[in-house]
Amino acid sequence: MAKERSSSATLLPQGVYIVSTGSVVGPKEGEGPLGTAFDRVWPDEGKRFSSYEKAEQQLLNEAYEVALEKSGFDWSDIDLVLGGDLLDQTISTNFTGRQHQRPLLGLFAACATFTEALGLGSMLVSGSNARDVIVSASSHHLTAERQFRFPLELGYQRPPTAAWTATAAGAAVLSKDAGPIQVRAVTFGRVIDAGGRDPNDMGSAMAPAAFDTIYRHLASTRTRTCDYDAIVTGDLGYFGLDMLKVYAQESGLIFGVELQDCGRLLYDPTTQDTHNGGSGPGCSACVFAGPLANRLVRGDWGRLLLVATGALFSPTTYQQGETIPCIAHAVELVAV
Amino acid sequence: MGLQQTRYQQLSKEKMPKRPVLRNLLWAFMIGGAICLAGQFVQLFFMHQGMSVKEAASPTTVVMVGIGAVLTGAGLYDRLVKRAGMGGTLPITGFANAMVAPAMEFRAEGLIMGVGARLFTVAGPVLAYGMAAAFVVSAVRYLVTGVA
Repeated sequence: MAKERSSSATLLPQGVYIVSTGSVVGPKEGEGPLGTAFDRVWPDEGKRFSSYEKAEQQLLNEAYEVALEKSGFDWSDIDLVLGGDLLDQTISTNFTGRQHQRPLLGLFAACATFTEALGLGSMLVSGSNARDVIVSASSHHLTAERQFRFPLELGYQRPPTAAWTATAAGAAVLSKDAGPIQVRAVTFGRVIDAGGRDPNDMGSAMAPAAFDTIYRHLASTRTRTCDYDAIVTGDLGYFGLDMLKVYAQESGLIFGVELQDCGRLLYDPTTQDTHNGGSGPGCSACVFAGPLANRLVRGDWGRLLLVATGALFSPTTYQQGETIPCIAHAVELVAV
Repeated sequence: MGLQQTRYQQLSKEKMPKRPVLRNLLWAFMIGGAICLAGQFVQLFFMHQGMSVKEAASPTTVVMVGIGAVLTGAGLYDRLVKRAGMGGTLPITGFANAMVAPAMEFRAEGLIMGVGARLFTVAGPVLAYGMAAAFVVSAVRYLVTGVA
């Protein structure tokens, strides 16, 4: 393996701001501890649509609408849309593009898609004549279940490590115009496969990838964990976050109260029966676009490291006995 | 890489949240037992109508499959299995659930490629290996006892 060039691990966008965000979630997410921090909460999972795939597209569409409305921009101001979702051929993001008619880049990094879009969008705004870019990620519990697991009404027992795919979409408008949040640094992740095989335990499988990206980010920006008001991982959940702490400790990295996790924050495990916590691209997207962005805008926090994590498997690979490769992308954000 | 994988296996085993095995077993016993008890009453009802034990078996199966299908359609059977585990999956009501759930789920893809093609996604392996096992057991029985 080539020698680590830590100086080039982190990319530094210049003059890129998040001017607004939009978060739209399903009823279960609305009932969770963060419920009041989202822009819109749907009363149901979208049963008015002829399929839940269409419901997910509308969820994403509304997240775009809310973010644009708050920014004061119009669709015609947007130079580029970057986003992704969990479904095969990223249909939610691509099909939503039929409505907005802006140039679109569909991305896939499973549950790490939001920070991939945010990081890539920031670099494009920083390094090109693209001025205003919208980034997004979405997921829907019922579309993900049928693609990755079983039909909805089939009875089966979920193990304690299983995650609950969130019905949620989040979007952020990036611009060269000054906004309340600045994107300071981006560390894209490497594919890390520590040998996890269980699709019902993605949290622990993703922990080594989260650690790798956070470690590289801290090293190349010469910062320590305590320099951040919050370091929020994607969907490690309860089990995964505990694993991350152990990995970090073994490498001499000590996390304090600043370490949190989107999947852990989204639901109340005692009343909502979500086991290890939330997952899905929409999870970190809505948690950032709702509560985390709010805290930066209000000034509760000055500096946030958002590290969404993704398990890059498909039903084919786990049925063939393959291990689960994982990735984590980190974006450092500061309140202006 | 090898070292990292070994450490991962160690750690995940060490930190793995425990499954509530005893509680799960008790639930499986209670709910699975209750379903079987209900089936027994249905069979007794048919026998009360003048059928023999063997004759009553088929209509009993039909009634239990019907109950499983209705509970699945009402969105209740998956909640039952969440508690009962194998106690809900193993009885014939669980088989009904495994057939009706995909039928409901894949309606959106149409009657041929949706319901028709996906109907056996869950129950298919049960049928395939159930029939294979029945063949083997019957063959052994024939070889040992000479009764077909």
